[in-house]
Amino acid sequence: MNWLSNIIRPRIRSLVEPKEVPDNLWHKCPSCEGMLFHRDLEESHNVCYHCNYHLRLTVKKRLALMFDEGKYENLPLPSVAHDPLKFKDRKKYADRIKESQAKTGLKEAITVAKGKIGGQPVVIAAFNFSFMGGSMGAGVGEAIVMAAEQAVKSKAAFIAIPASGGARMQEGMLSLVQMPRTIIAVEMVKEAGLPYIVLLTDPTTGGVSASFAMVGDVHLAEPGATIGFAGRRVIEETVRETLPDDFQTAEYLKEHGIVDIVVSRSELHETLSRLLNLLMGGESQSGGAKKGKKTDIAVSKSAQVKRKSSIQKEIRPDAPSSAKAVKQVEAAEKALENYRKAGASITEAPKKAASGKA
Amino acid sequence: MNKLDFEKPILELEGKIAELHKVGSGDGINITEEISRMQSKADRLLQQAYSKLTPAQKVQVARHQDRPHCMDYVDAFIEDFTPLAGDRAYAEDYALIGGLGRFNGRPCVVMGQEKGHDTESRIKHNFGMVRPEGYRKAQRLMEMADKFQLPVITLVDTAGAYPGMGAEERGQSEAIAKSIESFLRTGVPIVSVVIGEGGSGGAIAIAVADRIYMLEHAIYSVISPEGCASILWRSGEYAEEAATALKITAQDLHQLKLIDGIIKEPIGGAHRHKDEVIANVSEQIDLALKDLIPWSPDQLIKARRAKFLAFGRNGL
Ligand SMILES: [Zn+2]
Repeated sequence: MNWLSNIIRPRIRSLVEPKEVPDNLWHKCPSCEGMLFHRDLEESHNVCYHCNYHLRLTVKKRLALMFDEGKYENLPLPSVAHDPLKFKDRKKYADRIKESQAKTGLKEAITVAKGKIGGQPVVIAAFNFSFMGGSMGAGVGEAIVMAAEQAVKSKAAFIAIPASGGARMQEGMLSLVQMPRTIIAVEMVKEAGLPYIVLLTDPTTGGVSASFAMVGDVHLAEPGATIGFAGRRVIEETVRETLPDDFQTAEYLKEHGIVDIVVSRSELHETLSRLLNLLMGGESQSGGAKKGKKTDIAVSKSAQVKRKSSIQKEIRPDAPSSAKAVKQVEAAEKALENYRKAGASITEAPKKAASGKA
Repeated sequence: MNKLDFEKPILELEGKIAELHKVGSGDGINITEEISRMQSKADRLLQQAYSKLTPAQKVQVARHQDRPHCMDYVDAFIEDFTPLAGDRAYAEDYALIGGLGRFNGRPCVVMGQEKGHDTESRIKHNFGMVRPEGYRKAQRLMEMADKFQLPVITLVDTAGAYPGMGAEERGQSEAIAKSIESFLRTGVPIVSVVIGEGGSGGAIAIAVADRIYMLEHAIYSVISPEGCASILWRSGEYAEEAATALKITAQDLHQLKLIDGIIKEPIGGAHRHKDEVIANVSEQIDLALKDLIPWSPDQLIKARRAKFLAFGRNGL
C-alpha cells in the first residue's frame, strides 16, 4: 500500500503549521480562505474562527492545551538503533533524520509527556507530523511502549495522539513490526485496568491507523482530520471508485461507527477531564453542569458559534438547500409510514405464501 | 506475466529439449545424448539463476502465478479441512480462507490469503486482498482456537489489504488492528509461513505468531517496492533499488532476526516442484508445533509478546 503517497491532500498541502514567531501577521484558512490574524489564531489554538477548520497544531501547543493548567513533564525517549538497514534512496535515511531533527528541534516523530487532566494522572504519546510525516519506525514504536509502561507504573491513563502517514519505509520490516509492538503496549495498559484513549488527528493513516490507533477504549477525533487505511489516491487509482468529498474525515468515520466523539480543540480538555473521571472513579468536574442539559449526540457544533454567517454559505457549497432538505425529510417520513404499514417487526413472507396476512 | 525474464534462456532451452523429444523418438542414441546434455545445461543454468536471485527477482518469483497458493497447501496437508465462513456481521471474504482441520492428525485452525489460480478464482478471491470482513473472520477463528485450544497455522500470501471505499467505510484499519490484537491474546501455538508475498499491514494482520517462517524466495515488506520507489525516488522505475534497500527477502529478514527460519524451495522455485515445497513447509510446521505444544496458554502469550518486543532491540 502506498501509505504515504497520499495522506496530504492537495487542498491541505499548501498548509504548514504557522511559525512560532510569525513573520507574516496574517494567515489564510486553507478551508474557507478567510484571513486569520496570528494572535487570534494563537488564541483559538489554530482553529479557523470563521469556519472551525482545525489547522495543524504543534505538539508543544497541543500538550499545553490538554494538560491541567498547561503543566506537564516531558519524558526522555528511549534510544534505539537508528537506520538499521543503512537505507538510502535519493538521500541517506540517516541524513533525512538529521535534517528533520534540525528542522524541528525534536529527536523523533513522537513526544511523550506526563501530567494531569481533570486531576487524573495521564501519560500522553503525541506524534509530531512535521518530523518525517510522523512516520512510525522503531524509535516511535519504542516510545509508545515506554509511554505505556510509564502509564502502568504510575497508574495513569494512556492517551495516544497519532498524526502520521503510517510506517516509516526507511526502516523496512522493522517499521511494520511496530504495529504489533504498539498493540502489545496498549495491551499492558488495558490489563492494568487503566483507560486507553486515542485522539485521532490529521492525518492518521496506514500502519499507524491499523494498529494502536484503532484499539482505544474511546476514540476521539479532531474535526476534519483524515483517518483511514489506504490513501485516497490509491483507492481512486486502483479501484477506480469515485469517493465522496468527506471520505475518511473524522465526521465520516463517526457516521461509520469508528469514532466515538469528534471533539473541537476548545472542548478537548473538558471532554478528556470528564471521560477520565468517569473511567477512573473521580468526582464530576462540572459540578453537575451537564445535568439537565440537552446533549448534542451529533458532531459537536458548539465550536462553530463564532462562524460568520456571510462566510458560512461559501464554505459549505455541498450543504443541502432547504428545499432539498424538506424533500429528504418527506421521503424519510414516507418510508417510515410504509414500513409501519407493512408490519415493522414481521419479515416479509415469500411472495408465494403471502396471502394477504401481514 | 507467467514468464520470468531472468528465466528466459532456461525456458528457451527447455523448449528446445521438448522439441527434440518430439522429433527424436526412435531416432537412435545421438539425440538422447544431445537431450541429456541440454538438460544438464538447463539444470545448471536454473541452479545458477536461483542461487543468486536479486531481491527484485525474488519479488517476481514470490508473485509467480503458478506458485502454490494457500489452498494448495491446505489441500495437501490438512485433513478434514472444514472451511468456516463469514464475519457474522456483514459478509464472507474469500480472500481469506480459514477453518478447522487436522494437521498430522491434530485438530487445528488454519487460515491464509488465497490469490486464486485462474481468472475466475482470482476474481472470487479478490487476488488475495482481504477486506475488513476477512480480518474479522480471522478474529473469530482465533477466538475459536483459544476456546477449544487448537493450534493455529497461518499461510501468508497477499499484495496487501484491499484498498476500497467499502473497506474503508467498514473499518479496514480497525479490522487489521483487532486481528493483530486477537493473535496476541490467543493462548495456543501459532505458526505462520510467508509462502509468497507478505504485503505490509494486510500480511502482518495474520502473522503475529510464535514461529514465523518464510519460503526461500518469499518476500515480506512494509510497502511494495514499486510503491516505495514512487514515494522515495519519485519514480516507479526505481523499484529494483527499493526492493534491495527495503530488505524484504527471507535471507535479509532472518539476518535482522525478524523471522525464525527459512524453508527451502526446490531448485527453480516453488512453482516448478509444488509437492516438494509443500512437503518442506509441512515438515517445518510439524517441527514448530511439536516444540510449542507443551507450552501453557499463559507461557505462549507471554513469550509471543516478549518475542515481538525484542524485535529491533538487540544487536541491531
Ligand atoms: Zn476557515
